[in-house]
Amino acid sequence: MDQNSATYEGQKMYDPKGWWDTYVFSQDHKVIALQYVCVALAIGLTGMFLSLLMRMQLGFPGLFESIDAGSYYQDVTMHGMIMVIYLLTALFLGGFGNYLIPLMLGCRDMAFPFVNMLSFWMYFLSVIILVASFFVESGPTGAGWTLYPPQSILEGTPGGDGAGIILMLASLAVFIIAFTMGGLNYITTVLQSRAKGMTLMRMPLIIWCIFLATFLGLLAFPALLVGAIMLIFDRVLETSFFMPEIFKGGEVLDYGGGSPVLFQHLFWFFGHPEVYIIALPAFGIISELISVHARKNIFGYNMMVWALIAIAGIAFIVWAHHMYVAGMNPYLGFFFATTTLIIAVPTAIKVYNWVLTLWNANIKMTVPMLYCLAFLVTFLNGGLTGLFLGNVAVDVPLSDTYFVVGHFHMVMAVSPVLALYGGLYHWYPSVTGRMLNDTLGKIHFWITFIGTYLIYFPMHYIGFLGVPRRYYSNEQYDFIPQSVADLNQFITICALIVGLAQFILLYNFIVSLKKGAIASKNPWGACTLEWQALESPPGHGNWGEQLPVVYRWPYEYGLPGATADFVPQNVPDEKIT
Amino acid sequence: MAFVIVTAIIVIGTVLWNFVSPWWFSPLASNWGFLDTTILISLVITGIAFVLISAFILYCVVKFPYREGHKSEYEPENAALELKLTIITTIGVIALLAPGLYAWKLYVELPTDALEVEGVGQQWVWSYRFPGEDGVYGNTSGRLFSSKNTFGLDPDDPYGQDDILIRGGEVHLPINNKVVFQLRSKDVLHDFYVPQFRAKMDLVPGQQSNLWFEPTVLGTYEVACAEYCGTGHYAMRGTVVVDTQEDFNKWLAEQPTFAETMNEGANGEQIVQTLGCVACHSIDGSDGIGPTWRDTYGTNRALASGETVVIDDDYIKTSIVNPMSQIAEGYAPVMPAYATLSDEELTAITDYIKTLSE
Repeated sequence: MDQNSATYEGQKMYDPKGWWDTYVFSQDHKVIALQYVCVALAIGLTGMFLSLLMRMQLGFPGLFESIDAGSYYQDVTMHGMIMVIYLLTALFLGGFGNYLIPLMLGCRDMAFPFVNMLSFWMYFLSVIILVASFFVESGPTGAGWTLYPPQSILEGTPGGDGAGIILMLASLAVFIIAFTMGGLNYITTVLQSRAKGMTLMRMPLIIWCIFLATFLGLLAFPALLVGAIMLIFDRVLETSFFMPEIFKGGEVLDYGGGSPVLFQHLFWFFGHPEVYIIALPAFGIISELISVHARKNIFGYNMMVWALIAIAGIAFIVWAHHMYVAGMNPYLGFFFATTTLIIAVPTAIKVYNWVLTLWNANIKMTVPMLYCLAFLVTFLNGGLTGLFLGNVAVDVPLSDTYFVVGHFHMVMAVSPVLALYGGLYHWYPSVTGRMLNDTLGKIHFWITFIGTYLIYFPMHYIGFLGVPRRYYSNEQYDFIPQSVADLNQFITICALIVGLAQFILLYNFIVSLKKGAIASKNPWGACTLEWQALESPPGHGNWGEQLPVVYRWPYEYGLPGATADFVPQNVPDEKIT
Repeated sequence: MAFVIVTAIIVIGTVLWNFVSPWWFSPLASNWGFLDTTILISLVITGIAFVLISAFILYCVVKFPYREGHKSEYEPENAALELKLTIITTIGVIALLAPGLYAWKLYVELPTDALEVEGVGQQWVWSYRFPGEDGVYGNTSGRLFSSKNTFGLDPDDPYGQDDILIRGGEVHLPINNKVVFQLRSKDVLHDFYVPQFRAKMDLVPGQQSNLWFEPTVLGTYEVACAEYCGTGHYAMRGTVVVDTQEDFNKWLAEQPTFAETMNEGANGEQIVQTLGCVACHSIDGSDGIGPTWRDTYGTNRALASGETVVIDDDYIKTSIVNPMSQIAEGYAPVMPAYATLSDEELTAITDYIKTLSE
């Protein structure tokens, strides 16, 4: 059987010729997924490095003279933007989405392989533009990742009068183009290309999650695109969409009539769904991993799907909970607090169903399972503190303090990253045909899990005290005691250790490529289709001559009457032994 | 097993920490104690959920470890259990939301019998305005701002003449008296936040936002800007002094009205306070975003360009009007240009800086 044959069952396939076609300008979803993963991890490392620079200033103020207030704010801004957009969004959807959708649904590739390739290269371009802003005069923008005008486009904010802010906005616009091309592909593939028997309600939950996250992205990113373009106009053409009358530097500027709050509405109309664009794929990974490694069917599949749909729907009407004290009409707070707390119900259902999956299970404490369980604890913690901040009046004393920093890092930084790592350990054998080193995996896990908890947990309490976030230095404030500086030192040391520990993962990744134990075709004993391909790792076209046919749901673990403790999706009833 | 022990320590530690944490709410000094109560309610309810769910996870990990040849129980759905859990969660959410919304109602309904103060933010200083004897604020406009008319008041509006202007970042308030703050900003977003008062609200240029509270403890409190407002954000510190009514009245009577400030000659100290220069350039010798002014007049200054210049009247004036032309070495090029100051004002500033080196 020629795996590179140009047609399968009369369907014309993209046929790579030569090295460039196969590895660089590839249209194969698996190669594109890897490209996304590599670029995202590279820029993610940059984002982590920036966070360590920030931590150095907070823990050891003045130790590095090069970190002045301006560069500190640039680090804050670029760290946030890189991690949220260019690392997590790209890695979950471009990486996991690309790799898993065709393999888990039993199709040969994405619906539009060429557009899929373009999507990656547009993403790459957006990263290049982003990185370029580090090298322009006055550097990247230091406006905070939310880029609130007026300050984001004025002098007095690093990069506000230079090219930094324009490059940031341009990079976002290009990223959104990349996302749209990828996203339309994911949606179309899920709706049109599923294998025979793969009904929507037989799809693995991670595919549901990626599908819904893509939906959110396609509907939410346009708001950011519009905001970004209008902000570029305000900056370059001196329009005044977001700019009221402003008195600055001793003179009245040539702006007037615009509304800074309008930008915040546009930003968060995107920004809140964005939280779920990151969270849903993480939920999906956890749903897969917990079922496979606990050797137990996922509990309440139907409820899980409906909870996801509910979360995705409500995610669009909670955005202004980021703006309770932003000067919007205060009566909106009643509405947004209510919707925000309602969204806690389907989210809680997801957590219940994960933990109930563990009940009467047969739990294997593999590295992916460790990440799964750590995710549950961390996400629980971060999710519950969200109930403080979503609850309008409770948010008032805590808003813009370190409580917020602790909360969102727990819930949308540490949690997704734990899920991400679990996913990388889990699917590495599928991608490379080799296992990652278990011992290194465990060392990396323990440092990351305990370290991040020690970093973010205490931040909630200096938030109670009222320490504002985004402060380059706390020195001149009498209400902030010396103990906060000591704590900052402790957190910085933890952050350095956790930061260094990430190189263990990187090392494990690279060394295992050549030296890892050879993985069997289905090393974890999973039911989903990506482990049932003829070859390991799956070749071009994924399935050889015959597309798989699906006979059952993806969580057939512990089926009574079967000898094995799992039955893959493509095994018909009569073949169960 | 290691996972169970470590996670149990984390969960128990998380709960116990609430009783031993060295960091807790700063001492309350306003009427907003109810906000603290809502935080405590949230802590209890979410704490119970955190402990129960974590304990369940750990129990499962201990109770159901992998056994070769063993099969887990096959139970895809349990509608009754799911319904029960949904109802319990909904009750928990309502228990959180109800006090939250009630507190919010108190927070957004402005009292009508309160003292009115206007809070004005600019990079990176606070200033305030009282409506004066007539109890009515004069009209303002963003177009009328100047280094002299720092509140943008309409000079022809009779209601504005007696408005009392507080420049320099320190405002006094009478104890046990409701205060409504009308907030606006001259340039970018800021946020008026006094940790001990709990209340917080953004200042947005081009519009007005409101905030109210009642100071309940005498003392001096710090205002910390809580909305990122550019390089000097962390240095945007102000002061609120809570006085007895008597002391407050005395203090207020000493403050200038708008009419008086418009007749003042150029006063360097006043100008650097109102323009916010001192947020970055200290007058006590400490280092800031920009170089200090203390004991620097007449000394040499190394520039980022590699040159060295003497700090004299010309250097200071050029640095105000066109700061990028001679950035001091070791400092970020972030100062805005103050190109519209009059010669009289520039001289006043220079003279003031000179006095700091005597």
